[in-house]
Amino acid sequence: MNELQDLYREVILDHNRSPRNFGELDDADRIVEGVNPLCGDKMTLYLKLDGDKVEDVRFTGTGCAISVASSSLMTERIKGATTTESLELFERIHDMLAAPDFDVATANADLEKLAALSGVREYPTRVKCASLAWHALKNALTGSEAKVTTE
Amino acid sequence: MITSMSPSKPRGRDLITDIASLRGDFPVLQQQVRGRPLAYLDSAASAQRPQAVIDAMVAQDSHNHANVHRGVHELSERSTDAYEGARTKLRRFVNAESTDEIIFTSGTTESINLVAASLGTQILAPEDEVLVTRMEHHSNIVPWQLICERTGAKVVPAPITKEGELDLDGFRRCLTKRTKIVAITHVSNALGTINPIKELIALAHDVGALVLVDGAQAAAHLPIDVQDLDCDFYALSGHKMFGPTGTGILYGKATLLDSMPPYKSGGEMILTVSFEGTRFNTLPHKFEAGTPNITGVVGLGAAVDYLSAIDPDALADHEHELLDYATDAIKEIPGARLIGTASSKAGVVSFLIDPIHAHDLGTIVDREGVAIRTGHHCAMPVMEFFGIAATARASFALYNNRDDIESLLKGIRIAQEIFK
Ligand SMILES: Cc1ncc(COP(=O)(O)O)c(C=O)c1O
Repeated sequence: MNELQDLYREVILDHNRSPRNFGELDDADRIVEGVNPLCGDKMTLYLKLDGDKVEDVRFTGTGCAISVASSSLMTERIKGATTTESLELFERIHDMLAAPDFDVATANADLEKLAALSGVREYPTRVKCASLAWHALKNALTGSEAKVTTE
Repeated sequence: MITSMSPSKPRGRDLITDIASLRGDFPVLQQQVRGRPLAYLDSAASAQRPQAVIDAMVAQDSHNHANVHRGVHELSERSTDAYEGARTKLRRFVNAESTDEIIFTSGTTESINLVAASLGTQILAPEDEVLVTRMEHHSNIVPWQLICERTGAKVVPAPITKEGELDLDGFRRCLTKRTKIVAITHVSNALGTINPIKELIALAHDVGALVLVDGAQAAAHLPIDVQDLDCDFYALSGHKMFGPTGTGILYGKATLLDSMPPYKSGGEMILTVSFEGTRFNTLPHKFEAGTPNITGVVGLGAAVDYLSAIDPDALADHEHELLDYATDAIKEIPGARLIGTASSKAGVVSFLIDPIHAHDLGTIVDREGVAIRTGHHCAMPVMEFFGIAATARASFALYNNRDDIESLLKGIRIAQEIFK
């Protein structure tokens, strides 16, 4: 039960229950769809850029608590950030979720609320749930593909 | 070679009726997972193996292994006997008329692909239709889509009801003189529904269509009698009936198999090869190109022996008792929604516990040592029909008991506590 509480931290449960920035964005200039074929989860990420800045970001979709919370936390964090900062964040989150040598203790300092996603490290089958939104973000910013999957 | 005996009732042998006693035959179940006794409720994905199957494979590898059908030496002879002996067991298991009608494959998926590629190419023309149902596993949809793309034919899905049963009137309406092949599942892996396939086969034959039955989910639970069903093809997987992965069969009526072109080519499936032309081997070897999964097939034969020693009525009672117990308990849980409530069901309970996503539920019950499947179960059209992305699925086999279900219920309570 304790380990489960490490995965399902209050922040995660809260963002799952009431996801922030949920809904479509009418004047988005980047729309990227993300799917996790393993569990059928789908999310769509809407980005509105103002020069180098993420002016607005929203998402829609269905998914497990980890994937919904990760999307919600991500949008909250990158709204107002620069694209460079957002891409750096992508790398940092990527490491936090899966890199073997990542020092979780350092995560709280810069990642703040996002550090709650570090519980996923102990659940390899769930890393894809947490990373789906981030892959969608990366694609939205680098413009490689309009559709991402975690496979 | 004709036998009128039902495959499940071998004479002169007492069948096992004490199903609860069988759990001890499965070494994998005698362990703790995450500090709890393992409750393995994922047999619809892959069933566990009894010691007898493991032993048969070890014995084959330890004493008898050699290639089959090619050597004059002792080990080759032993391996060939074991391999062909398994074919005889499988013939009896599905009550086929002849061993020529039993093709060893790597499983249901390959069996269906074989028929789609070989028969599909042979008989499908533009405007023809392949009728499937909306409850099929992807492996009984996609091979037909691919062959239809190549031949100009069309895949038509027969509708299902909100209970997850086949809509019989809808099925009838889909059958026309354009229907050349009907591919239906015996038991749905996502919903548990047992289809009235004998009736469906007769209806399909009335319009002149050939019928393939996907028996992947039936073999471990129901007696199969291909002659009584009068199906043209029947596919099954070894790993869903307590045998090894990478094994399975395609049963096909000899007259059909005989007239169908080979599917894979190479060694074993030929009589003579020259650059002027090649003569194909006779059945069943025509469809078994290359060195087969010999040890696996021996294990599959042992799995058939294991299953055939069990009284099918006692087995059905045991599984139904578990199904009813789990269904009743899950139904009572606040927020529960059962997906698949057909009147005739195998041991599969697909469900959702609002507002918990199936994936989260799967992770949480796993911490109680409970193995269930979560996701779309390779049946995305089913999920789409019910307007959902995924379900949690508990599936039962002969070795499960009420304690397994209690562990699942406890896991669900913990999940509800977390997500309250
Ligand atoms: C109904 C059904 N058909 C076909 C298959 C495919 O079987 P295999 O993966 O063994 O080829 C499965 C397995 O999940 C199944 O449940």
